Amino acid sequence: MATVEERPVGFGRMHRKEDPRFIRGQGNYVDDVRLPGMLHGAVLRSPLAHARIVSIDTAAALQHPKVHAVITGKDLEEQGLAWMPTLSADTQAVLATEKVRFQGQEVAFVVADDRYAARDALELIEVEYDPLPPVVDPTEALDPDAPVIRDDKEGKADNHIFDWESGDRGATDAVFARADVVVEQDMLYPRSHPAPMETCGAVADFDKVNGKLTLWCTTQAPHAHRTLYALVAGLPEQKIRVVSPDIGGGFGNKVPIYPGYVCAVVASIVTGKPIKWMEDRSENLTSTGFARDYHMHGEIAATREGKILGVRVRVLADHGAFNATAQPSKYPAGFFHVFTGSYDLEAAHCEVKGVYTNKAPGGVAYACSFRVTEAVYLVERMVDVLADELGADPAELRLNNLIKSDQFPYEAKTGWVYDSGEYERALRIALDMAGYEELRREQAEKRERGELMGVGIAFFTEAVGAGPRRQMDIAGLGMADGSELQVHPTGKAVLRVSCQNQGQGHETTFAQIVAHELGIPPEDVEVVHGDTDRTPFGLGTYGSRSTPVSGASAAVSAGKVREKARQVAAAMLESSPEDLEWETGRWFVKGDPQSGKTIQEIALAAHGPLELPDGMEGGLEAETFYNPPNLTFPFGAYVCVVDVDPGTGKVAVRRFVAVDDCGPRINPTIVEGQIHGGLAEGVGMALMQQIAFDEEGNCLSGSFMDYLIPTSLEVPDWELGETVTPSPHHPLGAKGVGESATVGSPPTVMNAIVDALEPYGVRHLDMPATPARVWAATQGGPERGT
Amino acid sequence: MQVSMTVNGEEVVREVEPRLLLVHFLRDELGLTGTHWGCDTSNCGTCVVLMDGEPVKSCTVLAAMAGGHVVRTIEDMERHGELDPVQQGFMEEHGLQCGFCTSGMILTARALLDRNPDPSDEEIREAISGQICRCTGYMNIVKAVRWAAEHQPAAVEEG
Repeated sequence: MATVEERPVGFGRMHRKEDPRFIRGQGNYVDDVRLPGMLHGAVLRSPLAHARIVSIDTAAALQHPKVHAVITGKDLEEQGLAWMPTLSADTQAVLATEKVRFQGQEVAFVVADDRYAARDALELIEVEYDPLPPVVDPTEALDPDAPVIRDDKEGKADNHIFDWESGDRGATDAVFARADVVVEQDMLYPRSHPAPMETCGAVADFDKVNGKLTLWCTTQAPHAHRTLYALVAGLPEQKIRVVSPDIGGGFGNKVPIYPGYVCAVVASIVTGKPIKWMEDRSENLTSTGFARDYHMHGEIAATREGKILGVRVRVLADHGAFNATAQPSKYPAGFFHVFTGSYDLEAAHCEVKGVYTNKAPGGVAYACSFRVTEAVYLVERMVDVLADELGADPAELRLNNLIKSDQFPYEAKTGWVYDSGEYERALRIALDMAGYEELRREQAEKRERGELMGVGIAFFTEAVGAGPRRQMDIAGLGMADGSELQVHPTGKAVLRVSCQNQGQGHETTFAQIVAHELGIPPEDVEVVHGDTDRTPFGLGTYGSRSTPVSGASAAVSAGKVREKARQVAAAMLESSPEDLEWETGRWFVKGDPQSGKTIQEIALAAHGPLELPDGMEGGLEAETFYNPPNLTFPFGAYVCVVDVDPGTGKVAVRRFVAVDDCGPRINPTIVEGQIHGGLAEGVGMALMQQIAFDEEGNCLSGSFMDYLIPTSLEVPDWELGETVTPSPHHPLGAKGVGESATVGSPPTVMNAIVDALEPYGVRHLDMPATPARVWAATQGGPERGT
Repeated sequence: MQVSMTVNGEEVVREVEPRLLLVHFLRDELGLTGTHWGCDTSNCGTCVVLMDGEPVKSCTVLAAMAGGHVVRTIEDMERHGELDPVQQGFMEEHGLQCGFCTSGMILTARALLDRNPDPSDEEIREAISGQICRCTGYMNIVKAVRWAAEHQPAAVEEG
């Protein structure tokens, strides 16, 4: 264990403050919350993807001796609660009324003494369904005679949700018309699920006497949830307290509001008892926020010499039965329009069409940075397709087209202003670390012997830290984040933040930010989060926004405290504030270093009898509601080496080199851990993870036996590198990093696999690259998803 | 039915439903919430506890089946104020993030080190391969177990 002397003040490696409770099993997750008299809820779900509800008979369930209540959509309808708004300005059924629209949809909610009895009672509810033809394929969803899924919406006669475009169509067409080389490729980014280890759930406790609702909930955005509950349930917002305790992984899965949460709240109001509802794994995989499901057609235009001129994309986006995507409301395709990637292009254009299908709602989840994942996959695969067409080396092609350091801030053709970057350097470091030339020699030798080895490269630019309020809001709430910093009389501090820890180590990192700014030990800073009664408003943690937004907020608050400390120190030293100079942890009179006052001394004086300057209040605290001026744009260069067994099609990821640049790293250990996790998620996406459906709309991936997650045996030791290019507009220069690796790694692995299959003339393979699909590709079989 | 077993060194006797799973027995009857639950299919391993020193997935063991056996959970890893080296290793090597899989990982690692005090990275990876972590990408878990192997106390206590 590191000694106190070895621990850094401020930035640097240190033990996580969260760890002592987790390694002892003393975390406090939602399912660990138990209240006196608490009852348990369970959800009855639709077995069919599309059907009319003829009748629901709850009589037998209500007869069960341990059952307290059964709630159906009709009951909710009477209270005006059968439908709730989604985070994309659509509506979603809390409990189905006239029909069900996806397999697993919520139909009834049972409240019983314990979780086993609640499950028993579900079996006693009789629902008669009249099956309707399901709409599974998003292309068929647009057929004029396709069944209309959302007939609840007045006047709705088709399954179309939105059309959205970005870039300059005319300029892009012109570039394509004069290009020497144009290649195109269809590709699917398959539907996936973030599958955090902890499923979603809530404990609702409505105090009738005081009219106060307390909701312990698996939420990444407690404040946004509070406001939405106020709007949905008509409860006054000051009477709602949302507590998000320890969260067992989020990855975007815990951003939306799910029907089960609302049912728990309603059941607590109805029964007057606290209600716990925890979904099981199948419910998690089949009904909560999925990710991706982008059916893409990409085109790339270039000169014969390999100068990329433009990219054009058409996307069909499958949003499931309700458009419940959690993303900034002005961007129905998220940040997909960052698809020009890291390249200096002349023109670009994309069109995205969103459709309803009879599948679970969602769309943005799973560490995707609001669809940057799909965008980076598209462009990085297209660059490799172009390299194949040109017979060019994919590393060389990238190096020749990357945005140059002196072009930053760089305005992309779809409107983004990339803040800072040194792309070529990062890619050269990654190639050096991988030993690229040696790998190519090894590959050539192996090909001579009929062995399949592939080297994949990808370069990504992320867009994180949403975002400027004038452009970005979710459900009308601007994407700013609050912080409050109080320094107590003894010089110990409490920082209250609106972001929500799900394993990122905020209690540590945010203490380090304050420590860095005030020059006090991180151990002296307590970070409070995840409780709307104890923290300022803000939009929470997803889209890698904690450090870019909340971290900036904390730094600004700490800066304000330091400035006030200067005023107080001046009064203490009977000097002028302008005459004081700061060094770590203390203000002193310029030219007289002996004369200083430490933050601790200043804190005591600020709370004491010292006469303060006119107009200054006592105490040492500050608050900030931080509105980021722009996103931050972390980036990275990745290299992957795979070996493919030609006999079975099995892919082994042998090496993975990841050079990431997220600006200065507040706690390098935590950053590296986040990158490790994201790389494993990317390997999972590339090789095994897909939420699949049959033609009846049955979900085929409803358990961990069917939806495969990488284990310790499918991933290698990660080889990490780093460059540091600060963001010019973040107070610490820091950029987000939580999703960088999830964004960058899937195309890297797939580029490696396609490279390995070059002897078979394979130019593209859809994810997941299962042994069956890879083997089929070597036999000339379908390369795309079926 | 009545079930009795030794949990973390203490004899416990409870009246339970025959279908009660060990994970729910530990969490709901005994309040030992350090054991978590993550799937229904014995795939994720977040519910791993030691039964007679061997890792078992407590979501697929009935409380009744544990009757007469010795069960050890994460709450018993720290003894007399001393962390188990595996617990310390997870902290030293950043082998955890959200903490949800951590209890099961630590117990599996303890069992591995009890039978193989000096495992290779491959042996560690094999030992934890029945358990899923979504946060760490596994590398730091492997390092954490190696740290523990290199910092074993002279006499390893028997679970």
